[in-house]
Amino acid sequence: MIIKYTLPARLLHWLVALGIIAAFALGLTTDSMEGFSLQKLKLINYHKWLGITVLGLVAIRLLWRLSHRPPELPAQMQPWEKQVAHYTHMLLYVLMFAVPLGGWLYSSAKGFPVVWLGLVELPNLMDKNEELAGTIKFMHKIGAWTLVLLAVAHAAAALKHHFIQKDDVLKRML
Amino acid sequence: MRRTALFLSLLAAGTLGQAQAAPADPAKSSVKFVFTQMNVPVEGQFKKFAADIAFDTAKPDTGKVNIAVDLAATDAGSSDANQAVQMKEWFNTGSYPKATFSASQFKPLGGGKFSATGQFSVKGKTANLTVPFTVKPDAKGSWYEGSFPLSRLAWKIGEGEWSDVGAVADAVQVKFKLYVAK
Repeated sequence: MIIKYTLPARLLHWLVALGIIAAFALGLTTDSMEGFSLQKLKLINYHKWLGITVLGLVAIRLLWRLSHRPPELPAQMQPWEKQVAHYTHMLLYVLMFAVPLGGWLYSSAKGFPVVWLGLVELPNLMDKNEELAGTIKFMHKIGAWTLVLLAVAHAAAALKHHFIQKDDVLKRML
Repeated sequence: MRRTALFLSLLAAGTLGQAQAAPADPAKSSVKFVFTQMNVPVEGQFKKFAADIAFDTAKPDTGKVNIAVDLAATDAGSSDANQAVQMKEWFNTGSYPKATFSASQFKPLGGGKFSATGQFSVKGKTANLTVPFTVKPDAKGSWYEGSFPLSRLAWKIGEGEWSDVGAVADAVQVKFKLYVAK
């Protein structure tokens, strides 16, 4: 009998994963588009909506995580392996907050408020500042790449547990 | 000779009888606008303009206002957009470098408020436009301030795919603040 994560934890995990993949793909696309077009304007806005959606889901997820103990890691794992898993999860959480917040900050620095789904205008996190905007965008990009690479490592580790160790680590999230 | 001089001075006096046109102080004056991009309000600014204002609150009907905005110096919120607004679909500054407003009909609306009606011209189209404003005098001059919505589509600002009002709303709020020293 596998002890799984709770259903809300599993749902939130996969929704956030999908959101991150889609937002990252949109971010790469808009970043490579030259000049200014209606298409680019729309994609940038979808990227922002997705990012804010991920931020909201991650906030709910963290609250859920803090109030619901996840199932234990397999007993045969080495203590250092458990430590690596633990710190990777912590860093993923930090980045899942930092990356969308950085994007929101960048939007504010550029003088464009974020209007979630075109409906809810979020407050600006800072005043317009073109000089800082470049640095913030760079940080946002570095953060996003780190998050995605870390998530790939996280997925690879889950697959290794499933196919090589043949334990329940992946199954408890399905 | 003397007569001509007398005539000229009378003519000058006659002109002075109207309010005297004076240029707005560019350091203190601003013409800004807010447009709505996918429901996101974005602020921009016309960084270069000349405004000549002759207005006496006691005799509004003798007033005269001429404003010329240099559209190439438009800050539309981002470097991409600043380049885009120069293009054919937007201001087409290559063919139409300036937007002008020239008004000589003024109406008092009470409480320090007035309206100016005149010809607004941008991108080759000229039409009547009424602009509300307030006058606030201080020790050294007067502030002329106002804010009004302008239909961008009425002047074909944003054509082709950009005529989509879901992407960029039709109403652009123009906010001006002009200072004329005494």
